[in-house]
Amino acid sequence: MLIKDVEVISNKQISVGTFLLEVESEEFSKSILPGQFFNIQVSQNSFPLLRRPFSISNISGNSLFFMYKVVGEGTQIMAEKKKGDILNLLGPLGNSFQYDDSYDQIFVVAGGIGIAPFPLLIKQFKTNQKYSVLFGVRNKHEVHDYGINNVVYSSDDGSIGLNGNVIELLRNNINENSTQKIKIYSCGPNSMFRALKQFIGNKNIDCEISMESAMACGFGICQGCPVEHNVENKYKLICKDGPIFKIQDIII
Amino acid sequence: MSIIDLSVSIGSLKLKNPIMLASGTVGYGNEISEFIDLSKIGGIVTKSISLKPRKGNPPQRIVETASGMLNAIGLANVGLDLFVEEKIPFLEKINSTIICNIAASTFEEYEKCVELLDHQSSIKAFEINVSCPNVKEGGLIFGNDITAVSKITEKVRAKTSKPIIIKLSPNNANIVDYAKAVKENGGDAVSAINTLVGTSFDIYSRMPKIKNVTGGLSGPAIKPVALAKVLEISKNVDIPIIGIGGIMNWKDVIEFMIVGSSAVQLGTVNFINPKAGIEVLTGIENYCKETSLKSLSEIIATRKI
Repeated sequence: MLIKDVEVISNKQISVGTFLLEVESEEFSKSILPGQFFNIQVSQNSFPLLRRPFSISNISGNSLFFMYKVVGEGTQIMAEKKKGDILNLLGPLGNSFQYDDSYDQIFVVAGGIGIAPFPLLIKQFKTNQKYSVLFGVRNKHEVHDYGINNVVYSSDDGSIGLNGNVIELLRNNINENSTQKIKIYSCGPNSMFRALKQFIGNKNIDCEISMESAMACGFGICQGCPVEHNVENKYKLICKDGPIFKIQDIII
Repeated sequence: MSIIDLSVSIGSLKLKNPIMLASGTVGYGNEISEFIDLSKIGGIVTKSISLKPRKGNPPQRIVETASGMLNAIGLANVGLDLFVEEKIPFLEKINSTIICNIAASTFEEYEKCVELLDHQSSIKAFEINVSCPNVKEGGLIFGNDITAVSKITEKVRAKTSKPIIIKLSPNNANIVDYAKAVKENGGDAVSAINTLVGTSFDIYSRMPKIKNVTGGLSGPAIKPVALAKVLEISKNVDIPIIGIGGIMNWKDVIEFMIVGSSAVQLGTVNFINPKAGIEVLTGIENYCKETSLKSLSEIIATRKI
């Protein structure tokens, strides 16, 4: 964990409302695992006061990439950053996705901006790893293909791919009776996780989810980002114990 | 070595400098120590400890507001036994002054916590969080009941000879009366202020943004309120004050001291810049040089009104 100023290299819109920010930092680029996140201070004055958490989307050379959707004041300020501007990063934070090459089939299940952490994860897959990216969007304007391959879409309005949600898309793509070893990585809204958890039920599928939450510090001191844990009957912190959890362990 | 003396005293409690890190914004020291050399900090106030572990409130617990944040964590903590077993060994090693914050839902629980922790040599003082609901009296907040604050002070005083700091709530009509009650019942100091009760609603769902509906407001938004409370107490009660409320930088520290604080606590800023506790020290030293102060404590309560 470090706190450092970094320089913006580029910041461009990749679909309606979704941006890709590139910053340069040799120090950070060496130590990041897929699924980890940074708490980014988008302004040097007290508005907005708190940092904003963003998962790392990709790394290339000394460049770090963050994919984000403009949803509020913090991300609006972030979207206005230009080449040469400075951002203060705190990170890398949290745990990471667990990947090994023993899986016959991997499904990446993403809802909207939940696609953000997957370009870096997909890079870790062995070259002949069989995988599909299931990308659920509201409509075709939200679609982009940054850092992802083997993509199938679902959309709420039917303007691209399956007319429906991404869990229905998963149902159409997965062979539920297969004896294959299957892994699901997922990121998106809690409503999507609830449907995913219900779909998985007692099936023998290993599923890791990346959760999001409002948070202040990002490293465990503010206690602001709890999630209820099945196994230990207590709250875990999304920032420190997560953001990656096994879906069975979490009460969503 | 610095020739400027930054040390301050809060009654019998000596601190190497006036910078304390506020309860609930530094955990039990371990996480923040990855960013900051805690041995350079004047004092560290632990996350509130209760007799039994507390799970805390369900999410959402925090929301940002204009120049501040609301929190309703619900005093989530590991409980006294685990605190002694797992957290104190780390705190003993960091060479700062450790102040243990106690939260309780009954008078007896306050007494018991202080009694059980009093022999811990690494704990140099107790800060009593009176902003918890009194479960026996039907959930009334202790901190807004002057009889309760008097009784808590008196009861914990009887259990320890270490300094007792009562953390005062700003959510009452006259904070001066509370500070007087603390002094009369044997308290050594007050810290002021705890968070202000606030809320925030989503205009589309019409629901509160935090699950608990209301939360405690902290951050720069509350600094003028905190300063006014410190001023009121300082003018009317002869008791050391630890100023808290929206301190973001060294200028804020100096301002709180001039107004009447003997020391200060940094809170919300630790979430944004966990190095703030050390960074302010450089600014304070430069201010002392600039204004020819040999000892920082000379500026306490030197307001010109």
